[in-house]
Amino acid sequence: MNRGLLSPSAQTVLPILGAGSLILAWQVLLPLAGVPAYIVPTPTAIAGVFARNGSLLLSNLWPTAIEALSGFVLGNLAAVLLAVAFVHSRTLQAAYFPVVLFFNTIPVLALAPVIILIFGLGMLPKIVIAAVICFFPTLINMIRGLESASASEHELFRVLSATRWEVFWRLRLPRALPMLFASLRIASATAVIGAIVGEWIGSDKGLGALIIQATFNYQSDRLYSAIVLSSLLSIGFFMTVVAAERWSVRYR
Amino acid sequence: MAAPAIETSGLDVGYPGRRSPVTVISGLDLTVEAGTFLSILGPSGCGKSTFLRVVADLLAPLAGTIRVMGETPSAVRSGRGVGFVFQDATLLPWRTARENVRLPIQVGRRSLSRMIDDRADELLELVGLSALSERLPHQLSGGQRQRLAIARALLGEPRLLLMDEPFGALDEITRDRLNDELLNLWRRTGTTVLFVTHSIAEAVYLGQRVIVLAAHPGRIVADHDLRPLKGPDNRCSREDPAIVAAMARTRSALGAAS
Repeated sequence: MNRGLLSPSAQTVLPILGAGSLILAWQVLLPLAGVPAYIVPTPTAIAGVFARNGSLLLSNLWPTAIEALSGFVLGNLAAVLLAVAFVHSRTLQAAYFPVVLFFNTIPVLALAPVIILIFGLGMLPKIVIAAVICFFPTLINMIRGLESASASEHELFRVLSATRWEVFWRLRLPRALPMLFASLRIASATAVIGAIVGEWIGSDKGLGALIIQATFNYQSDRLYSAIVLSSLLSIGFFMTVVAAERWSVRYR
Repeated sequence: MAAPAIETSGLDVGYPGRRSPVTVISGLDLTVEAGTFLSILGPSGCGKSTFLRVVADLLAPLAGTIRVMGETPSAVRSGRGVGFVFQDATLLPWRTARENVRLPIQVGRRSLSRMIDDRADELLELVGLSALSERLPHQLSGGQRQRLAIARALLGEPRLLLMDEPFGALDEITRDRLNDELLNLWRRTGTTVLFVTHSIAEAVYLGQRVIVLAAHPGRIVADHDLRPLKGPDNRCSREDPAIVAAMARTRSALGAAS
């Protein structure tokens, strides 16, 4: 089968049909198979929650969105700045990179209670958890990206007597952008995970809190709608990152 | 009389190795008159590219002296005296053709960059790429990319143009055409050109003078002056028996070298 032969319209329609067929099967087949609604509610029941409790969902979406976005920005910014420092100072990199590597081996979930202990129960600890979870992949990718200019590109800039500053802005940084965006795409999903995990451990608002409450109260339809909303939030972040990438990396 | 473009004596060229430096060329004595088109021919590993890097101040010599137009290589580089064309065109993929050519006026010490006129459009015209000036490098062919690299190197009106196997990756038809274009540019600008290649035909066709290097250790094993065959404007035909004979002579020197 030649995958290249699909027409553009088929490429648009087929994924929708694929997802639609699965949702339809879920709606019709699961109840027929005797799966009780408190374990897996039907799609229409989940949609019903969005219609009935829209304002409840929305008021829990905002805290999570703010935490995830703030964590995304902080974590990635810190990673980019540290990567810039590392590629410009071998000494700094040699001294602190192993520490960062070690820090990364600590599971963020194990670290989360400590962060709650330090920062209390407000939004801040969730932001920190989301930031920590974004930090490491971006640091690694950004270091590799900033180092990815070829030897002859560096020689070209040296022949032109470019300053370090110019080499950074006109060579290293543009070269690093594709790799930076690769990690930002991943971080767009993990930041939401970080915020939700933070809310599980101690919060009375946010999608994470809603998930925990709905689970303990056997409100499966509410639980599932919170999951759907979390996923939509990640998709929103992801699309924003992709749009930013399209705008800034035009040569691919 | 102007200072020679290149003057070396007892020059050792190589890389600073892990424990001790690795010498590639030892004891090089070479004088190149200003305005010469010099072809440097040799097998891989003979140090011809390394030598260009010493001239461009990308690499320090291990021993001996080198003067470039009467100055140290570093003075010439920081005064924007050299243009370098690499084997791969080394264009920045996020910049349009025109912005790639303009790179030299956007980096380097501000005062120096301001002294260079923005001749980008003129140079794009000269290398026949005016119509493609808004294209990105990946939308250009290999030959077009190398033309751009040459235009960029010429933007600063360098007194010395260093070319490191610039046409090595191109097909022969494109390569022959670019050789003629390069000679036209050279006649127009009067720049000294050091052209490194491993093609005998290209070296003889382009050069007023051809030096042949041998490897292990790198040294000059032949030094042919072709000006008597080509006249002052360095013109020749590839079918000219005298040129064919010069190619054969160069080939046997190269054969003895490796």
